[in-house]
Amino acid sequence: MNNDKHNENKVGKTLSRRTFLKALGLGTATAAVPAIVSCATGDDKKGPQQEPPVGKMTYRENPKTKEKVSILGYGMMRLPATNGTPFGRSNDDKMDQDMINKQVDYAIEHGVNYFDTSPAYCMGLSERATGIALSRHKRDEFFIATKLSNFTPDTWSRAASIEMFQNSLKELQVDYIDYLLLHSVGGSFNEMTAMEVFESRYIDNGILDYLLEQREKGVIRNLGFSYHGDIAVFDHLLANHDKYKWDFVQIEMNYLDWKHAKEFEPENTNAEYLYAELDKRNIPAVIMEPLLGGRLASLPKPLARKIMARDPQRTIASWAFRYVGSFPRVLTVLSGMTYMEHLKENLCTYCPLEELNDEEKEFLYGVAEEIVGYNTIPCNDCKYCMPCPYGIDIPGVLTHYNKCIAEGNLTRDRNDPDYARARKAFLIGYDRSVPKLRQADHCIGCGQCVSHCPQRIQIPREMQRINNYVEALKRNIDRGLEA
Amino acid sequence: MMVMVTLLFLDVSGTLHHFLGWTARIQFLPALLALNVVVIVALVLLTLIFGRIYCSVICPLGIFQDIVSWIHGKRKKNRFTASPEKRWLRYGVLALFIIAFIAGIHSLVALLAPYSSYGRMVANLLLPVYQWGNNLLAAIAERVDSYAFYGVDVWIKSLPTFLIALATFIIIVVLAWRGGRTYCNTICPVGTILAQLARFSWLKVYFDADKCKSCSMCTKNCKASCIDFTTHKVDYTRCVACGNCLEKCKFDALHYGHPKAAVQPIQPAEKPDDARRAFLVGTAIVGADVALAQAAKKVDGGLAVIEDKVPAKRTTPITPPGSVSAKHFAQHCTACQLCVAKCPNGVLRPSSDPQRLMQPEMSFERGACRPECVECSTVCPTGAIKPITVAQKSSTMIGHAVWVKENCLITTDGVSCGNCARHCPVGAIMMVPSNSEDDTSPMVPAVNIAMCIGCGTCEYVCPSRPYSAIFVEGHEMHKEI
Repeated sequence: MNNDKHNENKVGKTLSRRTFLKALGLGTATAAVPAIVSCATGDDKKGPQQEPPVGKMTYRENPKTKEKVSILGYGMMRLPATNGTPFGRSNDDKMDQDMINKQVDYAIEHGVNYFDTSPAYCMGLSERATGIALSRHKRDEFFIATKLSNFTPDTWSRAASIEMFQNSLKELQVDYIDYLLLHSVGGSFNEMTAMEVFESRYIDNGILDYLLEQREKGVIRNLGFSYHGDIAVFDHLLANHDKYKWDFVQIEMNYLDWKHAKEFEPENTNAEYLYAELDKRNIPAVIMEPLLGGRLASLPKPLARKIMARDPQRTIASWAFRYVGSFPRVLTVLSGMTYMEHLKENLCTYCPLEELNDEEKEFLYGVAEEIVGYNTIPCNDCKYCMPCPYGIDIPGVLTHYNKCIAEGNLTRDRNDPDYARARKAFLIGYDRSVPKLRQADHCIGCGQCVSHCPQRIQIPREMQRINNYVEALKRNIDRGLEA
Repeated sequence: MMVMVTLLFLDVSGTLHHFLGWTARIQFLPALLALNVVVIVALVLLTLIFGRIYCSVICPLGIFQDIVSWIHGKRKKNRFTASPEKRWLRYGVLALFIIAFIAGIHSLVALLAPYSSYGRMVANLLLPVYQWGNNLLAAIAERVDSYAFYGVDVWIKSLPTFLIALATFIIIVVLAWRGGRTYCNTICPVGTILAQLARFSWLKVYFDADKCKSCSMCTKNCKASCIDFTTHKVDYTRCVACGNCLEKCKFDALHYGHPKAAVQPIQPAEKPDDARRAFLVGTAIVGADVALAQAAKKVDGGLAVIEDKVPAKRTTPITPPGSVSAKHFAQHCTACQLCVAKCPNGVLRPSSDPQRLMQPEMSFERGACRPECVECSTVCPTGAIKPITVAQKSSTMIGHAVWVKENCLITTDGVSCGNCARHCPVGAIMMVPSNSEDDTSPMVPAVNIAMCIGCGTCEYVCPSRPYSAIFVEGHEMHKEI
């Protein structure tokens, strides 16, 4: 009896809870972190599934201000909607402010003090929601990070950019910003190179000087930039570090991008290089996409098994978080935690952080090698490409494709004994996740989305490739199946 | 039989017609239109031997009326009285029907044909309920990550046809509720035709005058109102050989058999009928609940609004591959809506044109006529859409694409799109420079009429809304490439 109970505590409850949540649809509602909460630390007395502990958060020191920043940062890009899905799936979505407040309170209670937002997130509503939630706390309990998201040419003028910055202060209900970022430098726009775009956004209009002034005045306490795309801009900004004195830089880093970012898109840069460049100059790194929008949490079955087999009591996502946390120059790791379950799971991972040893890192690099072999499309469902002017649900199509890869529903061979089942799962799942008129066949290839994609996915090309695959499945022919 | 025909209409999986397709093909009018000699001869013989048993057992509309009448009968027993034959109405309708048939007034033919009426009722009224039920199951299946059910679009395909189906339903229910088989014996042209044969049927219901105590139970339970117990006469043109009178007669005074020979009465199979009726009533109730639950759920992405497309105005309507020509199609189609109910791509819908009212036509706002699909041709019971293989289909020209420069993205947005050319399954559309002098000028689509089969893929994927910049014009006569 005792024995049974012990066992149940150890494994059974985790599994039954997972099954239960899955049946409720929570676990499958998003490609993000599976909703399992397990704080197993190897200490049997604690047992799995307990609430994350208070007062155990791991902190990193900001070398300039000496302030302690929680290793878990709250990303406010994937906030919940009242209908239970991540905000922005439907045009009727409403922010679930009550839930956001509750989760922010819970996060602060458990030691999270870094909140990252942008004027662009959640169809422009993230800053306001973040402001409302944080205004209920003392100003010294949290650090706010926001960005100057002047992406479109009509916001490139000095007046428009300054207005955007001032508006951030207003929306966030604060009179200073702890961490301000030049948002996503390295992106190109139509015919312009990334360097030209950067200069139009921040140099020609004198905005970078303006921001430096604001830092002098204390309205901005730390100034940095987030980077995606063309490495020329990253290198240029770091080469001028003496001039700008970057207080931090936000980069995309995870065990897959460490060595394999280039393999998906040759123009991308491996995180190994980015981190080394920052490390060399003693610049703190803020990490985004530690989980690649959930892709590293929902791995293809054989890989999921491989990771879980190493320690059944740790979630797959926790490995990705511990990985980035194990780098000493990392100031904080951002996670867009839509649901309370995401938050609790991550708190369990970071309260406190158990760093990976070299062998464990190598193990993850081995997993990364295998992920590359699955040819998933590096879409993290950030929705920067949206809305597509022709109504295509780009992230919907790409994440469905990736999901089918992860679940083993992508078949390349009509003689495969599993072909009929996989075909059905792909086609039915496709119609379920994306309405017919928003599917890949309606992509006209105008390419307006491409410059918005931080991962530089050649979206029109991928749309055509996926559509060829869908056509092959529908017609039951070989041509296009290999695509 | 009715259950089978109904299932044939309702089935969303597209597999049942292999097993149930025959139930539509043995219907009188479809068989006549398909020139299905075997079935016609069999039906004639059947009637000559057994009387109008067709109306009791094969015709789904007849059985439907029986169910309505039976429900009323549960509440009010012995409610029928003998009534004289309404000759002028019966033969008037039959004459009208034959004239319409010969004159090619297809909408009138379709309006009067019993199987078509039933098909319309199921396709327009019951199918949506069934589909909502299916969609609820699909939603549940989605929740538990199963692919056993998948959602389908539910939409009113043509308002006039929907209203006609609704009116037919109301009229038939009222008639059946009040007078049992009134429709069959006053309006139904098939009933009137079969009546002429039934007069001479070998087996029939007849009185044993010696045993009859004139209790009137037979008359009061005859849903065809064709038994006069006072004179011991049965109107064989109206008797549908249901056997209710035999069952009700306590004195063994009524027999079903050849009047001169002493034939044992055949026991009508009343039990399975009961089960069948109970099943249908049950499913109808479940269906209603399901529809209510489904209405609350909404699905959409947080995306640019997609404006609905306005169906193109086509000079010649497009008829499905296998329908040979507009003329053949118009002459053979009874507008039963089976193909409309079956089309998995939302292409077929009943016409609202008075000339072809309720007969299906094609349009491509919701999907294209997919190259791998020949569903409509496999289900059509009348031969209006002849069976066709996938290979034949891909070489049958049912229309051709027409480019409308004013609507094209190159004119409206200045964007070169090429979606029509990229998706054309036969490669009939090519992108060419808009200025023949200048190879670098923006590319526009050009349709090679010689290769275009009119499948509508280009029209479906054209991003111009609400008016598509490329649309299919139908062909009067289908051609082989």
